[in-house]
Amino acid sequence: MILNASMFLPILPEILLVALGAVVLILDLVLPKKQHRNIGWVTAAGMGVILLLSIPARPETEPSLVWGGMLRHDWLGFSFTMLFIFGAGITALFAMDFKKLGHRGEFYLLMIVSTIGMALMVSAADLVMLYLAIETTAIPLYILAGFFIRDDKSTEAGFKYFLFGAMTSAIMLYGFSLLFGFAGTTNIYQIAQSVREGGLPAGALIGSMLLVLVGFSFKIAGVPFHFWSPDVYEGSPTPVAGFLSTASKAAGFVVLLRFMMVVFPDITLQWGAVITAMSVATMTLGNLLALTQKNIKRMLAYSSIAHAGYALIGVAVISQVGVSSMVYYLIVYLVTNLAAFGIVASCGRITGSDEMTAYYGMSRRSPWLALALLVALLSLAGMPPLGGFVAKFFVFAAAVDANMIWLAVIGVLNAIIGMYYYLTVLKYVYLYRSEDEEKPLLVTRPQKLAITVLTVGIILIGTVLVPWFNWATTAAASVF
Amino acid sequence: MQFPILTFIVFTPMAAGLLILLIPGERKREVRVAALAAGIIALVLTVWLYFSYDVAAGGYQFVENYPWLPALGISYQVGVDGMNTPLVLLTGVVMFTGVLISWNIDDRPREFFFFLFLLATGVFGVFVALDLFMLIFFYEIAVFPMYLLIAIWGWKVTREYAAMKLTLYLFIGSVIALIGILAMYFASGLGTFNMLALEGAGFSTTFQKIWFPFVFFGFAVLGGIFPFHNWSPDGHVAAPTAVSMFHAGVLMKLGAFAALRVGIMLMPEGAKFHMPWIILLTLVNVVYGAFIASVQSDFKYVIGFSSVSHMGLVLMGFATLNRDGFLGAGVQMFSHGVMTALFFAVVGLVYDQVHTREIPSLGGLSKVMPLVAVAFIVGGLVSMGMPGFSGFIAEFPIFMGLWRDNPLIAIIAAISIVITASYIFRIVGQVFFGKIPDKFKDHVHDIKAFDKIALVFLSIILIIVGIYPSILVPLVDSGVNNVLRLLGGA
Repeated sequence: MILNASMFLPILPEILLVALGAVVLILDLVLPKKQHRNIGWVTAAGMGVILLLSIPARPETEPSLVWGGMLRHDWLGFSFTMLFIFGAGITALFAMDFKKLGHRGEFYLLMIVSTIGMALMVSAADLVMLYLAIETTAIPLYILAGFFIRDDKSTEAGFKYFLFGAMTSAIMLYGFSLLFGFAGTTNIYQIAQSVREGGLPAGALIGSMLLVLVGFSFKIAGVPFHFWSPDVYEGSPTPVAGFLSTASKAAGFVVLLRFMMVVFPDITLQWGAVITAMSVATMTLGNLLALTQKNIKRMLAYSSIAHAGYALIGVAVISQVGVSSMVYYLIVYLVTNLAAFGIVASCGRITGSDEMTAYYGMSRRSPWLALALLVALLSLAGMPPLGGFVAKFFVFAAAVDANMIWLAVIGVLNAIIGMYYYLTVLKYVYLYRSEDEEKPLLVTRPQKLAITVLTVGIILIGTVLVPWFNWATTAAASVF
Repeated sequence: MQFPILTFIVFTPMAAGLLILLIPGERKREVRVAALAAGIIALVLTVWLYFSYDVAAGGYQFVENYPWLPALGISYQVGVDGMNTPLVLLTGVVMFTGVLISWNIDDRPREFFFFLFLLATGVFGVFVALDLFMLIFFYEIAVFPMYLLIAIWGWKVTREYAAMKLTLYLFIGSVIALIGILAMYFASGLGTFNMLALEGAGFSTTFQKIWFPFVFFGFAVLGGIFPFHNWSPDGHVAAPTAVSMFHAGVLMKLGAFAALRVGIMLMPEGAKFHMPWIILLTLVNVVYGAFIASVQSDFKYVIGFSSVSHMGLVLMGFATLNRDGFLGAGVQMFSHGVMTALFFAVVGLVYDQVHTREIPSLGGLSKVMPLVAVAFIVGGLVSMGMPGFSGFIAEFPIFMGLWRDNPLIAIIAAISIVITASYIFRIVGQVFFGKIPDKFKDHVHDIKAFDKIALVFLSIILIIVGIYPSILVPLVDSGVNNVLRLLGGA
C-alpha cells in the first residue's frame, strides 16, 4: 500500500481531532493551574475550526471504501462525525466552569478521544475496526462518567457503566466472531454476500444478529438494555451525561442502522420485527417511568430512552424514508437534548441540586434560562415551531408510509405521555414559588454561548426545513 | 405583487411577542403599551382584510404560496375564502379586546403577552392555512401556550388540573388528526400537503369512511364535541379572562373550522356516511350543554357550558351538510366568538371586583357597573337567538337546515333555546338586579375605561350583525358555495 495525500482526506476530521488532543495535552502541561479552565475555550474553538476545515473532506455522492476496506467514506458517517464534533464542542463549553471537571485538561482529552472513537464507529466498514472504534468510544466515557472520584454517585455511575458496557460488548464480540466464522470475511459489506453463497441456515444468522444487537442496544439504551442509563446519567457529571445521551447514543444508532441494513438484508423480516418490538417497548417504558421521576436528570434519562424508541421507528420500517426520518430525528435529538442537559448543568452548578424542587420558581430567578428550558423541553415534547415537531412528524410519516399505522398510533400516544411530564417541569419552572427567588441564577459566559447556539438551532431546525431534510436524505441514501 | 396581508396578519402577533420579550420585565407599562399597539395593528389589518375581500368573486383570495419543503410537497400557502375571513376578523377583535381586558395583569405581564401572542399567531395560521402541514404546525402552536397561560395566570383553585386536562385533550385530538392527515397524504399519491390539490385527490369511499372519524373527531375535540367536551368548561373557568375569551371565542372555532376544512371538505363521502350519527352527538352537545349550564351556580361555569351548547350548534350546522346548515354554522362561529368573548369579559370584570363567582351570593351589580350589565344582556339576547342580534342570524338558518332532513332533531334542539333563556335570565336577575349584598357595598367599583371600550366594541359588533346581516351573510354564503362544491351540490 502506497500512501498518498488523497488517502488522508477521508480521515481528515479524525486526524485533526488527534492534533487537537495533542494540543490539549501540551496546554495541560505548560499552562499554570489557574489557566486550565481556558483549555475549554481552546477545545470548543478547536472543534469549531475542525468543523470548518473538514469541509473539503466531505465525501462524493458515491460512497467509497478506504484504508483497505476498514472505513467507508460516505455521507452518513461524515454527517454524524460533524454532529459529534459539534456536540463535543458544546459539551466543552458547558463543562468549563465545573471546578473538578472543566478545570482539568484530562477531561477535554478524554472527550476528544471518545469523539475520535465515535467518528470511526460511524464510518467503520470492518468488524475489527468497528469493535475497536466502539471500545475507543466507550473506555474514555467510562472514565468520564466516574470523573468525580470523591463523589460516590459518580464513581458508582462510572463503574456501573463499565460493567454493563464490558458485558454487552463481550456478547457483541461473540456475535462478530460467529459472523466472521460464517462468512470468512470481516468486511461488513461482504458478509451478506458470503453468507448467501455459503448457504447458511437462517437460524444461525438470526442468532448472531441477536447477539450483535445486544451490544448496539446497550449503546442506544434500548429496552431491555436500558437499565444502566438512569443511574449513570444521574451520577455522572451533568455535561458528561449530556454528551453520553446524545453523541454516544447517536453513534450507536448509526452503527445499528448500518449493520442491520448491510449485514442482514436476507433476514429483514426477523430483525425488523425485533426492532419494532424494541421500539414499542423502549418508548413506552421510557415514557411511563419518566412520569414519576423526582430528579430532573433521571427524568431526562428516561425521556432519552423514550426518544430512542421514537428514533427506532425509523429503523423498524425498513425504508429509505424511514432511515432519513431517523437521521433527522437524531439531528434534532442531539441538539435538543444537549440543550436540556446543558441547562440542567448550568442550574445544577449554582443550586447544587438536580431535584425538581430546585427548579421551582426558576422563571423568576432567570427568565431567559427558563425560556431556553421551555424551548428545549417543548422540542422534546414535539411542539412546533421547534425541531422536535418536525422530527416526530417525519418519523410517524415513515410509519404510516410503511403501512404500520398501529406503530404510529403507539408513537403518538407516547408523545402524549411525554407531553405530560415535560409540561410538569414547566409548571415547576413558571408556576411554583421558591424561597430562593431573590437569588438570580447566573449563567457563565461559555454556558450562555452554548445555550444560545442550541436554542437558535432548535428553532432553525424546526422552521427552515430544506437544508436539514436534504442533509438527512443524502445521509440516508448513502447507507444502501 | 400584492401586499402579503395574510402573512402580516399571521406574524404580527409573533413579532410583537418577541419584541415584548426584549423589554425588561419590570417595565410593565411599556410591555402593556407595546401589546396594545400590536392588538390595534392586528385589528386594523384584519378589518382591512375583511372589507377588501371580494364577495362577488368568491373563492380563495389573497393567496400566497411559497415552497417550504418541496421534496415532500410542503408549502407555506395561505388564502382566505368566505368561511375563514370572518374568523380572521374575529381573532383580530378578540386579540384587541383581550389586551384591553388584560391591562391589569401584574404578574409577569411580559411573559403573559408573549404567550398570548404566540397563541394568536397559531390561531391566525390555522385559519388562513391552505396546506395541511402548515395547518397542523400552527394548530399545535395554538395549543401549548394555553397550558402556561392557564397554569400561571389562571384561577388558583383549579388551574393546574384544568390546564393539564385541556392540553392533553387537545394534544390527543391533534395527534389523532395528524395520523389521519398522514394517511391522506400517502393515500392520495400526489405527494403534496396542498389542500386544494387534495380536494381533487379522489380518495376511495372506503378510505374516506375509515379515516373521516379520525380527522373529524381529532379536530372536533377542540370544537367541544360530546363526549370529548369535558376539558372545555374546566379550562374556561380556570383560565384568566383574556385567555377564556381567546379560548372560547376563537380556539373552539379553530377546532370546528379545521374539522370542516380537513374532515368534511377533503373527505366528503366520509362526511356523508358518518354525519347521520354525528348529528346525534351534536344534539347532545346542544341540549345537554344547555341543561348543565342552567344548574351551575358558578357564573363562569354557566358560560363555559353555554359555549359547549353553542358550539354544538355550529357542529350541528356542519352535520346537516346542506346550505342553510353551513351558512348558519359559519355565522354562528363568528357570532358566538364575539358573544362568548363578551361574556367572559363580563365574568372576569365582575370577579375582579367581588372576588366570587357564586351566583346566589351576588346581586344588584347593575347599580355599580351599569355598562357591564348592559353588555351581559346584549350577549344574553344574542345567545338566545333574539331577532335583531347576531345570534338570530346564525341560529335560524341552522334550524332551517335541520328541519329539512331531521325535523325531530330540530324540535329537540330547539328546547335549548328555552333553557338558554332561562339561565341567562336567572343570571341577569340574580347578579345584576336585586339588592346589592352589604359586604360588596363599599369596595365594588365601576370598571376602567379600557374595559368599557372592550365591552362596547364587542356589543356593537353583535348588534351591527343583527340589524344589518348583509355585512356578514353574503360573505359566509360565498364560503358555503366553496364547501358545497365538494359535497356535490347538496
